[in-house]
Amino acid sequence: MCQKFTQISTFLKILQISKILELNSKLLYYISLKFSIFRRYPYRLPYKYNFKNSLDMKTYKMSKDRFPEFIEQIKTKGQLYGPVKGNGKYSFEKIEKFEDLDFDYQRTVIGPKKFLTPPRYQTLRYDKSGQTDVFVSDETQIVIGVHPCDIHGINILDRLFLGNIKDPYYEKRRNNLIIIGHSCLPDENCVCKSTGTDMVEDGFDLFFTELGEHYLVWVGSDKGLSIAIEAEDMLTEEISEDEIQEYVRWQQRRSEMFKSEIPSFKYLADIIHLHYDSKVWEQFGEKCLSCGICSIVCPTCNCFNVEDRISMNTEDGFRERILDSCTLPYYSMVAGDHDFRPDRTSRLKLYYTHKLKEYIGRWGQPSCVGCGRCITYCPVGINVLTVSTALYEEVCEKPEACE
Amino acid sequence: MAITTREGEHAYATKPAKILAMKDLTEDTRYFKFKFLDESIVEENYKPGQFAIMSLPGVGEAVFSISSPPTRTDFIEFGVRKVGSFTEALFKLKVGDIVHLRGPYGDGFNMESLGGRDLIIVSGGLGAIPLRSVLLYVEDRREEFNQVFFLNGARSPADMLYRADIIAMAQRGIIESHLSVDKDDTGEWPYHEGVVTTLFPKITDRVVSEKTTAIICGPPIMYKYVIQELLKLKIPKDQILMTLERRMKCGQGHCGHCAIGGRYTCLEGPVFTYYDVQHIKELI
Repeated sequence: MCQKFTQISTFLKILQISKILELNSKLLYYISLKFSIFRRYPYRLPYKYNFKNSLDMKTYKMSKDRFPEFIEQIKTKGQLYGPVKGNGKYSFEKIEKFEDLDFDYQRTVIGPKKFLTPPRYQTLRYDKSGQTDVFVSDETQIVIGVHPCDIHGINILDRLFLGNIKDPYYEKRRNNLIIIGHSCLPDENCVCKSTGTDMVEDGFDLFFTELGEHYLVWVGSDKGLSIAIEAEDMLTEEISEDEIQEYVRWQQRRSEMFKSEIPSFKYLADIIHLHYDSKVWEQFGEKCLSCGICSIVCPTCNCFNVEDRISMNTEDGFRERILDSCTLPYYSMVAGDHDFRPDRTSRLKLYYTHKLKEYIGRWGQPSCVGCGRCITYCPVGINVLTVSTALYEEVCEKPEACE
Repeated sequence: MAITTREGEHAYATKPAKILAMKDLTEDTRYFKFKFLDESIVEENYKPGQFAIMSLPGVGEAVFSISSPPTRTDFIEFGVRKVGSFTEALFKLKVGDIVHLRGPYGDGFNMESLGGRDLIIVSGGLGAIPLRSVLLYVEDRREEFNQVFFLNGARSPADMLYRADIIAMAQRGIIESHLSVDKDDTGEWPYHEGVVTTLFPKITDRVVSEKTTAIICGPPIMYKYVIQELLKLKIPKDQILMTLERRMKCGQGHCGHCAIGGRYTCLEGPVFTYYDVQHIKELI
C-alpha cells in the first residue's frame, strides 16, 4: 500500500511540474515511462494514446498455484473462453474447468477476431410487420490466453471499426469483451519480431507473463484494474530485483528464439510501391488457389459480404454478414458482371499491398501482426514471409550486398 | 448529411421512404422518385455524385447514385437499370411501396467550388444518371457557372436517357448539348453518330482550358479515351473529375469491397480527379 502511495505521489509531482512547464500530456506520458522499470514495448505508437491507461499501468505478481483459483473467480464475470487443444489444433473454446486450458500453444486456427467479427452473424431480422436490428446480448465474454500478436490484431480491427465511423455491431461486441493476454514462445512460423508486434503495451485488460513458478500480471485497462483489485489476495506488488533480472533474461531468451525473419520489413511498403509492376505477383497468382483460407485465419482480415436469407415459410427472414476474402473470385464484381479484378494475380496483389503497404498510409501501421497463420495454413505456400522475401530478393539480387 | 445518423441512431440505421413516382426511361432503366415517411428528413446537405444504399428486406442492399440535386429537397430520385436480383425486385414494386434508404455516402462533386468556371460534362450510357444531379444543380443555380457543355454518348437512340429533358434545357440556353449514338438503328436520329469522343471537335474552339472543369461519368472503357481528349484541350489534371464505380456493401469503409489500394471508394470516392488516377494505381 505504501509503495502504491509513493508511485502516485511521484506521479502527481510530475503532473505539477509539467503543468508549470506546459508540457503536453503525451510528453508527460513519456516522462512517466522513464520512471517505470518495465517498458514492455520498444516504442509506443502515438495514435492510440490513452492517458488514463498510463495511470493504471500497474504490475503485480501471482504465484502459479493461485492461478486455478483466479480462473474460477474470473469465470463468475462472464463466459470464459480460452485455448483448448482438440483434433491436433488449438482454438478458443468455452472453458468449463481449469484443466481444459492449455497455454502451451503457438497459435489457434482462428484468432480472437471470431469474438468481434464472427464469420457469420445476423444484423437485421424482418417479417411482414417490419424490421428490427439484431445486436448481441449484454453478456460479458472473457477470452484468456491471447498472445501479443492477436492483441495487436484486435487493436488494428478497433481502428478500422471504431476509428472513423463506428460499426454498432462491432462496438457492442468489443465493449463486452475482456481480453486477458498470455506470454508465448515462438516457433519457426512466428514472424512477429520482424513486424514489431512481439510485445504489446495496450489493447488488453490483463496480461500474464509466465516466469518460472509465478506470473507477472500487467494491468492494461480500468476493467483489468477492477479485476485485479478483486483478486487482490492472489496478487502481490512486491517484485524483487532478482525477478526483474529474470524477466529481462526471459525476454532476451525469447527474442533469440525467433527463427524466421521478414527481410527489411520496414522498407517493404517502399519496395511494393517502387516496384509496383513486380513479376512476383504473377508468380504467386499462378499458384494461388483462390481458396480464401488466408483471410479466414488472418487476425486482421475483416472484409464482409451482406446477404439476405428468407426462411422456408417465406414469412420472415434475416440479413447477415459473412466473412469475405479479396482472394475469392467475384470479390470486385459489380452489377452487370463487370469484374474489376477478374484474375487471381490482381486479387492476391490487393490482399498483400493492402495489408503491408496501404494500411500504413491509413492507420500508421501495416496490418500484418506476424502471427504466422498464413505461413501455417496456406496450402500452396503463399504467405507474408514468402511474398515479402520474393519482393525483397527481386529488387536485391545479392541480398548480402543490401544488408 | 441528412439521411445519415441522427442522435441515438447507429451508422447502419435505414429510413423508410415511399415511392412517389416511377417512369420507364429506356427498356431496362427506370426512374424512381422517393419521399421519406419521416417528413423532417430534408435532403440538402449532399453533393451531386454521392450515392445512397437502398435496402429491400428479403432481397438485400444495393448502391445507387442519387440523381436529384441537393437544390431540390422535397424528394430524392434515382435512375436504376435492371441488371441483377435486387433491381429485378425493385422493378416489381408499385407506387406507394416502401424501400429503406441510408446514406448519402462518398464524396461528390464540390459544385460550390466550381463557381464561375466553364463545365464540360461528358456522359456515357448510364453515366447520365449521376450527372443528372449535376445538370439540375446547374439549372437551379445557372448564374454561378459560365459556359456549360454537355456531351452525351449512348448506344442507340432508344438507350439515351433524359432525352427530352436535355433538349429542353439546351433550348432554354442552360446548357450547350451535343448528343451522339454509337449506332443509329432507327434512321431517325437527328444528331451525331459515333462514340462520345467524336463530339469534342464541336466544342474545341470555345474551350478556355484554364477556367474549365470537366466532369465525366460512364462505362469503365470510356474514361481513358475521354481523358485523352480532355488532355488535348489542356484541361488541368486536377480539373478532370470523374465518378467511378466499385462494388460496395457497407458504404462506410468497413466491408473492404471498394478498396483501391488504400483508398475506399465509399469514403474518398466515388469522385476522383485525373491527378488521383495518375497516382493511385488500378483506379481506372
